[in-house]
Amino acid sequence: MKLELRDITKRFGPLVANDHISLTVEPGEIHCLLGENGAGKSTLMNVLYGLYTADEGEVLLDGEVQHFRGPGDAMAAGIGMVHQHFMLIPVFTVAENVMLGNEPTHGAGRLDIDAARAKVREIADRFGFHVDPDAVVEDLPVGVQQRIEIIKALSRDAKVLIFDEPTAVLTPQETDELMAIMRQLKASGAAIVFITHKLREVREVADRITVIRRGAVVGEATPDMSDAELAAMMVGRQVELTVRKDEPRHTDALLEVSDLEVTDARGAVLVDKVSFTVRGGEVLVVAGVQGNGQTELAEALLGLQANVSGSIRLDGTEIVGRSVRDILNLGVGFVPEDRNVDGLVGDFTVAENLMLDRLSGPPFVTGGMIRLGTRDDFAAKAVEEFDVRTQGIHEPVSRLSGGNQQKVVLARELSRDLRLLVACQPTRGVDVGSIEFIHKRIVETRDAGVPVVVVSTELDEAVGLGDRILVMYRGRVVGIVPSTTPRDVLGLMMAGVPAEEAAA
Amino acid sequence: MSDTHTPSPVPPGDRERVTVEPAPSSADSGPEPRRAAAEENQWREVFQRIVTGGWAISLGAVVLAILAGSVLIAFTDEAVQRAAGYFFSRPGDTFSAIGSAVGSAYAALFRGAVWDFTADDFGGAIRPLTATLTRATPLIAAGLGVALTFRTGLFNIGGRGQMLVAAAAAGWVGFTWSMPWPLHMLVALAAGMLAGALWAGIAGALKAFTGAHEVISTIMLNYVAFYLLSYLLATPGLLQAPGSSNPKTRPTLASAQMPKLFEGYNVHLGLVLVLLAVAFTWWLLERSKMGFEYRAVGINPHAARVAGIDVRRVTVSVMLVAGALLGLAGATQVQGTVVTGFSSDIDAGIGFDAITVALLGRSRPLGVLGAALLFGAFKAGGSVMQASEGVPIEIVVVVQSLIVLFIAAPPIVRAVFRIPEPGRRRAARAERKAVAA
Ligand SMILES: Nc1ncnc2c1ncn2[C@@H]1O[C@H](COP(=O)(O)OP(=O)(O)OP(=O)(O)O)[C@@H](O)[C@H]1O
Ligand SMILES: [Mg+2]
Repeated sequence: MKLELRDITKRFGPLVANDHISLTVEPGEIHCLLGENGAGKSTLMNVLYGLYTADEGEVLLDGEVQHFRGPGDAMAAGIGMVHQHFMLIPVFTVAENVMLGNEPTHGAGRLDIDAARAKVREIADRFGFHVDPDAVVEDLPVGVQQRIEIIKALSRDAKVLIFDEPTAVLTPQETDELMAIMRQLKASGAAIVFITHKLREVREVADRITVIRRGAVVGEATPDMSDAELAAMMVGRQVELTVRKDEPRHTDALLEVSDLEVTDARGAVLVDKVSFTVRGGEVLVVAGVQGNGQTELAEALLGLQANVSGSIRLDGTEIVGRSVRDILNLGVGFVPEDRNVDGLVGDFTVAENLMLDRLSGPPFVTGGMIRLGTRDDFAAKAVEEFDVRTQGIHEPVSRLSGGNQQKVVLARELSRDLRLLVACQPTRGVDVGSIEFIHKRIVETRDAGVPVVVVSTELDEAVGLGDRILVMYRGRVVGIVPSTTPRDVLGLMMAGVPAEEAAA
Repeated sequence: MSDTHTPSPVPPGDRERVTVEPAPSSADSGPEPRRAAAEENQWREVFQRIVTGGWAISLGAVVLAILAGSVLIAFTDEAVQRAAGYFFSRPGDTFSAIGSAVGSAYAALFRGAVWDFTADDFGGAIRPLTATLTRATPLIAAGLGVALTFRTGLFNIGGRGQMLVAAAAAGWVGFTWSMPWPLHMLVALAAGMLAGALWAGIAGALKAFTGAHEVISTIMLNYVAFYLLSYLLATPGLLQAPGSSNPKTRPTLASAQMPKLFEGYNVHLGLVLVLLAVAFTWWLLERSKMGFEYRAVGINPHAARVAGIDVRRVTVSVMLVAGALLGLAGATQVQGTVVTGFSSDIDAGIGFDAITVALLGRSRPLGVLGAALLFGAFKAGGSVMQASEGVPIEIVVVVQSLIVLFIAAPPIVRAVFRIPEPGRRRAARAERKAVAA
């Protein structure tokens, strides 16, 4: 099916999120949307999927004008969307989830689960992925859940598929697999819209690329353009794609972690006798495949984990057993992995979110009262400095685009007086221009003599930002190696192969 | 296993892509609580939307409920029933009967609640308004208490119990101790607020330290308070008035009373106190660090915890403050409205009405004030309506209940009045759920 968007305009109050955007996606084409955070990509997709109604312009499918009053209409017309946060029911099986909302029934309204099973098998076989229709969704890895979303869309004969940053939460291998699936979908004649901030992915699968800046189309790019060219087109200036940093100048500041063990409520060991030190003026990247204990390790550094043994010393002060507030007050900055769950209070304004973890006293709080003036001045400065695209500091943070929300969290943590910075996936969902800026700020923090721990599943980031890389596997440290270590060695280490063997 | 991952060596030169095994089972529990957290946040969002949503919904809910009330009035009116008997010969009669039944009922409600246009002088005409204010006094304080917990994501159904223990404490101090006037009044008030705070604090502490859901524990504490008070009232030497066998207390001593604000009217100093409470609650929520923490926990307790906010402490502290506000409501009852001695029905359903008031007022202090005044008016006017027009006072209760129903189901109100779904919330949800960040 051929998809056409004509002159779509969508305003939020005075803000024009989409300004006469026109786009055509042919059947059998993967069309990438590139653009800065807040450029209006998600908004455009929400219009296409019937979540928003456009103020102007129209959506055409095979030349016919569509009037969607909700996602239901869009689905019925053959549009499918793969959501980043899955809309699956965790306790249902794959087949039950696929069936949901579109239940095939035997005569008397009896659910036909067999038909749903067969459908799942048929679609999975067609695209060569292996999904057990009777597996319970919550037991499946993220990447597989995403495939179920795809099957769900296909089971409704979707001919147009929207992927809005599907790879942000995937492991590199899952990403590869998703790309393979997208190519197959394309071969079967689907029209695909794909949004990502990772230029590598764009170059790999895109047939055509449309670049959006500040709500308007600024031009088309081609997949044979270099990362630097794509980035420049997107941001409107040259972007430094590699992290520029000098040799570390160590200071006396010191984070010492020894024999750290974290268990969950059921006693399963998540972090297993981990020991390392980070000197002031150095960045240690904790790398590994998602779910190997990195998150729990980082959380333990802020006192967020309940069952912790071993020792964490910051400049000689033991922090295991201290409250989160105490640890924050010691000068620990923390960027959580999932900003929506752990980093931001959605209905709070940008200004309120920027002071969320600074309630212990001046400058934001005196005598139990919030200093509104100080708060607003600080917010205005931070928004400016971190280039947070918002209609104002009193805008609820949930109205910001994903990448801009991430910048709010970073602005909050990086503007504090830090003695330790712990940042998990600091650039998740952030555009290339902002990644450059965020990396620069993290390097500045390091150069100010602060020990920095970055948890990242992005190898590029690990290698670019880290002075040393600690690889974790199943809760253990596989090795701590210099960031000059070849990538395939790092890859093997992430699969659990010890450093010496991997290098051999 | 259903997934396709197999450990395979990395092909040499594979750029930045790494092939690895799936996350091991020992660490699998990582994403699990996180997803649960995301779901729980969604649930909270729905809760927050119901308890703090837009004003348009509140207004629409009131209008719809009053319309529904009109239908009931028409149905129960005898003249309407008679005219309906010959509806097909003279339909006009039925409609005019409906008009006059509904019109006179609401006129009576107005006359009983705001302005008595049949009175001879200004003093008489204004009397209904003062009755409304008197009725609204405890509702304002109690509504604030419930609203505060709503904003923190807690559902305090224990208003009744908190008011009862407060009434008992304030009453006991008020008729057994002897002190000069302002002091005695203040000490009794403090005793009531403290008792309410502690009673609610029990539920807060249970929630914080054992995870017991506050809905269950506050309901149970309502029973405990009720039977405890009944026991105290039936036991000579405790709360029961000496020389009496009725389960009723002695009158509150004059030195412990909240004096009438105007000679000859029932409205008393309690009104001033609850207005101060409105101002205080507003300040607490909007300007203080404590209120900031309450609101943060109410919207996203996970982010609050990561930001160093002690969620347990907040849970206990908000219940203490809320209980003190319900205690204020209980104290105004026994020190201002019912000073001739009270029994175990002294809460007069206010602890539950407070939930409605908080909902209607969108859990915001000024909203609570407005909602409480409206409900006070319903209560004051309802009895006049019954007395003068024979409209059962239960209709007022039905109207109140319908208001809650409509607020809890905003799509109904939206559909009727074509109020657009607030774009921002929808967008917020869409951005979070549907769309990549
Ligand atoms: N419901 C809304 N109300 C007000 N403003 C909104 C709303 N939704 C989006 N916006 C604004 O519209 C602009 C475009 O947002 P959108 O989410 O489409 O960006 P995006 O291109 O997807 O960015 P990102 O790469 O960060 O995800 C942003 O400035 C955002 O703040
Ligand atoms: Mg987006």
